[in-house]
Amino acid sequence: MAERKLRVMVGKPGLDGHDRGAKIIARAFRDAGFEVIYTGLHQTPEQIVAAAIQEDVDCVGLSILSGAHNTLLPRVCELFREKQAADIALFCGGVIPDDDIPGLKAAGMKEVFTPGTSTEDIVKWVKDNVQPRA
Amino acid sequence: MALAEKILTGDIRAAARLMRDIDDGFRSAVDELKILYPHTGKAYIIGITGPPGAGKSTLVDQITAAYRQRGKTVGIVAIDPTSPFTGGAILGDRIRMNRHADDPGVFIRSLATRGHLGGLSRSTGDVVNVLDAMGMDVVIVETVGVGQDEIDIVSMAHTTTVVMVPGLGDDIQAIKAGILEIGDVFVVNKADRDDADRTVRELVTMLEMNPDRGRGWQPHVLKTEASRNRGIEELVDEFESHRGYLHDSGAIRHLLEEKNAKQFLEILRERLFSEVFGHIEVNGRFREIVAGMMTREKDPYSAVEEIVAERLLVGP
Repeated sequence: MAERKLRVMVGKPGLDGHDRGAKIIARAFRDAGFEVIYTGLHQTPEQIVAAAIQEDVDCVGLSILSGAHNTLLPRVCELFREKQAADIALFCGGVIPDDDIPGLKAAGMKEVFTPGTSTEDIVKWVKDNVQPRA
Repeated sequence: MALAEKILTGDIRAAARLMRDIDDGFRSAVDELKILYPHTGKAYIIGITGPPGAGKSTLVDQITAAYRQRGKTVGIVAIDPTSPFTGGAILGDRIRMNRHADDPGVFIRSLATRGHLGGLSRSTGDVVNVLDAMGMDVVIVETVGVGQDEIDIVSMAHTTTVVMVPGLGDDIQAIKAGILEIGDVFVVNKADRDDADRTVRELVTMLEMNPDRGRGWQPHVLKTEASRNRGIEELVDEFESHRGYLHDSGAIRHLLEEKNAKQFLEILRERLFSEVFGHIEVNGRFREIVAGMMTREKDPYSAVEEIVAERLLVGP
């Protein structure tokens, strides 16, 4: 009877208004049997961290197309650590140049998906790398 | 034990974790809830129900802002449906409420129905209790988008609000049974639309035909435009006057008796079922019975009688 269901949050930090990708990912996660908390556009790093904690999610996927990833995403990672929530896995996707990927991973992003990644690959990555917390 | 004590000292992560344990059906959650129970019963619980797209989440967002303005802390439980095919769910109610996400006086939790009918998840009552024990002054429960018969919210909330929008159907919809009978407060949202006044009139007519329903409280129909923050102060005033009515008239006592009885019976039903079913599943009786039904050698009525006699009357 007691069985953990994977809870995933999908959100968009910052100011860009393109959430087609985020919605497609959210739908793919739903179809994979996850509970997806979709928080929509224009999230501040503070809102993202607070929502992830209140929802007790196992991981957070952030979609970012604005080019502000080097500013916003490390800030998100830092806030998760500050709130003792570094056990929540963070990953991101969007228009992110290859050169920026090592820096984002060093900041705390577990994975960075670039344009062209299939939803199957992202779902598989989550299944392989994120366990519902005990 | 650790979680409940942490929750009582204001630990947000512990609260979020216990809600998860409740939702996932962990036995340990029951022990935590036992500790929290004496600390519950203080919050004012508002239910918000209505059809999909009526603007429930946006209303909840504005009601929350109004209560925060009045210095109250607010807990929110927002429920969305689980896919019957994949077991997954998209919980999107937060989209409309995210400005409150990092307000320490607000805690928002999204729940999936996980197959439960009635407009709520099985876990909703217990999650509300956690928010109550956390000291939230007001707890708002937003049901899934409902049709006509999902009325669990009535036994959960002190004040049940039915949100309608113009143009959903002709006046015959308003005389059918179901959600239109359960409201303490009615809201016609998106009131800038053409048909709004007609919808209000139809609801008022319908409510006037309910002679005994009120027990002294006559529900009003309010107009709001949640996305423009119009009519919200009036709505919150209406909540407060219903709350005042419950206390002044003593109706609160009857409401709580019903609510407590229902909660107890639900827990009892669930526990008895899981004990009995767990037993016959492990010892193979369950499969035998189903196989017997296939050949019509066994009928399900006698099978249940036998099991009840064995498990409950003759002792363990």
